[in-house]
Amino acid sequence: MIINSRFFNRSELVGFLALALLLFLVLPLSLDIFRLNLVAKYLTYAFVGIGLVLCWGYGGILSLGQGVFFGLGGYCMAMYLKLEASSVANTKIQSTPGIPDFMDWNQLTSLPFFWKPFHSFPVALIAIIVVPAIFSFIIGAAMFKRRVGGVYFAIITQAIAAIMTILIVGQQGYTGGINGITDLRTLHGWDIRTDHAKYILYFVEVVLLFGCIVAAQFIRLTKLGRILVAMREQEDRVRFSGYSVANFKIFAFCAAAVFAAIGGAMFTLEVGFMSPSFVGIVPSIEMVIYTAVGGRMSIFGAVWGALLVNFAKTSLSESFPQLWLFGLGALFIAVVLAFPNGLSGIWADHVQPRIDRLLASRKPKPAAGYVADGAPAE
Amino acid sequence: MGMAALPAISMLPRPSFADVPATSAVNTTGLAVTDSEVTVGILHSVTGTMAISETGSVEAEKLAIEQINAAGGVLGRKIKFIQEDGASDWPTFAEKAKKLLVNDKCAAVMGCWTSASRKAVLPVFEQYNGMLYYPTFYEGLEQSKNVIYTGQEATQQIIAGLDWVNKTKGAKSFYLLGSDYIWPRTSNKIARKHIENHLQGCKVVGEEYFPLGSTQFNSVINKIKLTKPDVIYAIIVGGSNVAFYKQLKAAGIDLSKQTLLTISVTEDEIDGIGGENIAGAYACMKYFQSLDNANNKAFVPAFKKMWGEKTVIGDVTQAAYLGPWLWKLTVEKAQSFDIDKVAAASPGVEFKGAPEGYVRIHENHHLWSKTRVGRAKADGQYELIYETADLVEPDPFPKGYQ
Repeated sequence: MIINSRFFNRSELVGFLALALLLFLVLPLSLDIFRLNLVAKYLTYAFVGIGLVLCWGYGGILSLGQGVFFGLGGYCMAMYLKLEASSVANTKIQSTPGIPDFMDWNQLTSLPFFWKPFHSFPVALIAIIVVPAIFSFIIGAAMFKRRVGGVYFAIITQAIAAIMTILIVGQQGYTGGINGITDLRTLHGWDIRTDHAKYILYFVEVVLLFGCIVAAQFIRLTKLGRILVAMREQEDRVRFSGYSVANFKIFAFCAAAVFAAIGGAMFTLEVGFMSPSFVGIVPSIEMVIYTAVGGRMSIFGAVWGALLVNFAKTSLSESFPQLWLFGLGALFIAVVLAFPNGLSGIWADHVQPRIDRLLASRKPKPAAGYVADGAPAE
Repeated sequence: MGMAALPAISMLPRPSFADVPATSAVNTTGLAVTDSEVTVGILHSVTGTMAISETGSVEAEKLAIEQINAAGGVLGRKIKFIQEDGASDWPTFAEKAKKLLVNDKCAAVMGCWTSASRKAVLPVFEQYNGMLYYPTFYEGLEQSKNVIYTGQEATQQIIAGLDWVNKTKGAKSFYLLGSDYIWPRTSNKIARKHIENHLQGCKVVGEEYFPLGSTQFNSVINKIKLTKPDVIYAIIVGGSNVAFYKQLKAAGIDLSKQTLLTISVTEDEIDGIGGENIAGAYACMKYFQSLDNANNKAFVPAFKKMWGEKTVIGDVTQAAYLGPWLWKLTVEKAQSFDIDKVAAASPGVEFKGAPEGYVRIHENHHLWSKTRVGRAKADGQYELIYETADLVEPDPFPKGYQ
């Protein structure tokens, strides 16, 4: 295995520490709980972004359907929370007490079979990972074994996102329809709506996020990561070298799906509901945009992209309720046109060299060390 | 302006400066109330697919706030509003609702339109103890201390209309149509129960739903032509209406001969459908722009003066206009901005200046209001055909209809 002698090279380490400092110290100390909860919401998209960096940035597989996996994770969590909130005591006003309110409105009289396992918290947690993994494996196996890739794959994932939305909206007795699953209250008896709970959830989420960052970095540095990059550049050569290209692609796609699902589950906890508006084509494309703005080659870039774009979205819409969408659109176009590698590209091309020069002029040191250490030219 | 023609309002005692109660007395929970100002929130979609529907509500709320300020404000305080955009996106609604309550400490929020957006913000209002004035006719099955529902709930809108069409048109068979989400489904459920259990010898001959935004209605129109129902009962929302009514017309169904009763098409939607495509259809709701009463005759010109001659005023726009007024009257009854006191004082508050005539808040936080049937004319307006003699009681959890 070709693994760098160090897990992070120097600039990555700086990036890692800066992000850790920001998320663990600066933001919790400087923001009130309302804004911190918003940051927590933004960060749920960072999970999707990290997955997209692996699968799109490194593996070259553009998925326009990550909302599906975000939604699957979110719905698995929401189903558990909803069942807990729909105790017989809470729902005694309904014709059938003990089932979620939207089922009662849709004349269901008993809990559908696929909801029953979600009474159990461990099952729900496992489902959050396993359901999207299996689903993405099926899609991946069906596509990549047949050598469907590139634009075709992107279009198919987009179609799946559309189908998923229609399915959820159409089966409202089972899924809550367009309203989604709302009014979630407790997690295993613990009220998730209090300020205290929001702080704890925020830190849980940040820890999970760093877990995903480390996992993604690990994948990147192993032979697997190298093969992903090789595949992106010269798929045929990799195939002729005897590797099963399809299996590597399936793996990258599944990993991205699982990351997205963790983000979705955290989203449900942070925001308190889940609805089909995170599953469809538009949110899926938005998730790709966050990654593009942050820089699809950089794991940290994806996190920054999700944070900054969502922050811009909130603050623009607060200041200019009627015009903000135009501003946001202009921002995307500007970033993508002027800086195809996103924010991390700007950093790597313009900021990093200056810092290096500054450091170098202060403390002369052979530049060769950086080159050998630096990320491979991608 | 409308003030002169709102006699009930101008007769209310106007607090002079000496009468203005101290802020510490009327605001014990830290809301955004100063000696001269009180902050309320406006939370609707002004971007995205719902913007076309919700803009009217925003305009009506701003008009009401301006009129209230011109008449001396609330407890001697001018209303200042903070507007947020829900962007037709339910989580955004929840986020902005939280911002308005937690950050801005709004004393009340006028907002939401779709059921989905209300469901998304409801836990926020209950958790942070805010007050929401919700303007849309909706499916019922909900009641909250923190919400005043200024539109009709389903039974108010449905039962009187069905009774009317049964009596005056002798209708016996009904074909139910709807967009596929909670409001049309619940409404049709109530309609079906009423038709089957309460109307003599009546039956439902078909019931179908279409995805939101659907534009293909030809197959159901063919079925309608085969089954020949006495009444087409249509709860199709938004842009789908344009396709539905055009395709009906193209299929040769003449609405002057075939009775069609809708509860989802207001003057706003006719703007998009085109009056000539829907002329002859009946709508059952509580307000039409053409209502002939003194309040409405002042309201319509005031609205047009502020927002342009071409604007039309639909049922929901009028209900949105009620929000700030009802809140003002409730605050003055409670002599406090505190949410708990406003919620407790709400039942029994009456607004005699309502463009629809007269409304009163029920114990269950919905409004007593009259139900009206109008017939669409080619010029895009409804002509009033029938109105209930008395105010209809709101019943969000109707026994026997669930």
